[in-house]
Amino acid sequence: MDALLTYVLRQGDRALVLAQRLQEVITHAPEIEEDMALANLALDLIGQARTLYTYAGQVEGLDHDEDHFAYWRDQHEFLNPLLVEQPNGDFAHVIVRQFLHDAYALPFWSTMTSSTDEVLAALAQKAVKETGYHLRHSRSWVVRLGDGTGESHRRAQRAVDALWRFTGELFEADDVERELVAAGVAADPDSIRQAWQATVSEALDEATLTEPAAGVMQTGGRSGRHSEAFSYLVGELQVVARAHPGASW
Amino acid sequence: MSVTTVAGLDELVREVEDPELPHVTIGDLGIVRSVTIEGVVATVELTPTYTGCPATEQIRDDVADVIVGAGFVPDVRLVLSPAWTTDWITERGRRRLRRAGIAPPSCAAEPSVTHVEPPVACPRCGSRRSRLISHFGGTACKASYVCGACQEPFEHFKAL
Repeated sequence: MDALLTYVLRQGDRALVLAQRLQEVITHAPEIEEDMALANLALDLIGQARTLYTYAGQVEGLDHDEDHFAYWRDQHEFLNPLLVEQPNGDFAHVIVRQFLHDAYALPFWSTMTSSTDEVLAALAQKAVKETGYHLRHSRSWVVRLGDGTGESHRRAQRAVDALWRFTGELFEADDVERELVAAGVAADPDSIRQAWQATVSEALDEATLTEPAAGVMQTGGRSGRHSEAFSYLVGELQVVARAHPGASW
Repeated sequence: MSVTTVAGLDELVREVEDPELPHVTIGDLGIVRSVTIEGVVATVELTPTYTGCPATEQIRDDVADVIVGAGFVPDVRLVLSPAWTTDWITERGRRRLRRAGIAPPSCAAEPSVTHVEPPVACPRCGSRRSRLISHFGGTACKASYVCGACQEPFEHFKAL
């Protein structure tokens, strides 16, 4: 597959899959304001995914629209990092996953504003504003939970420990990334990692949470190798579109 | 209604109302980037507010209807760059938001990350004894507040 197409789909899938996970939580958040907040985060992510999928269709040149990429690809064709497909668990788990993601997404979009690819740079200008807002929200919850009660601290720490091994994949550089970084299209994963690390370390410290020691990282999502739980997510995401092909309402 | 000039069409397009903000037009919101006419085709460029805003599609359809009504073939495009900012909302737009019970945004210029900084003035009684309830509201563009003076809950259009 074309490097640019792969790159655009990885980012679109990251946004769509995380949005789908967030939608599963709605009506289960600890307060109604948080239901609205999570729905808003999901909405922004879907907006980003739609723009990226539309662009993927143009890059691919096969006349595929955004719905094709969301509803008509199979599980192994999704290229999102494993972090965003992790099942929701408790609220601490949802928030820590969001925070670890947002701390990546903000420097990612910020760097992409100067991409040589005009479409990606234009989307980045919008996405960076939305993502800054997301990070502020998820970070404030991480601090509130970590530095809250004994129980909230325990759950937040458990989430950090469980999700940590999925963070390395966000900064993995393969041939696709290297080629596009050299062309000035893609964001350099190393510099994003530095920004991510600084944001995460500072927030965990403020939240009185312990940063896990460096260890083995689980990867594969961005090459289409996903967890079992992901198949259920994709099934629910696609069931209506596949049951009623071409339907509109 | 049939118009023949760009200025006339421009005026009509800017009067299209936002489906989620009562009586606020897309001209007020500052999302109309350009209106051009070439032969029978009228091209309008719009900047979406948030990438996922569901009102965008409704607005696009409404603008197309206006163009057709004016006797042209519609070509409505969404342009992402330069990114929309609440600083483009006009003074009239801010008055109309306030009248609709929505506190207008403060200045969003640098730093580029959105702010929701109290105290926001209550759109009903004007008191600044407001309290942030949530950074998020019923639509992507708003945050939820409550007024400490008149006790009314209200929404605040976030600076972006």
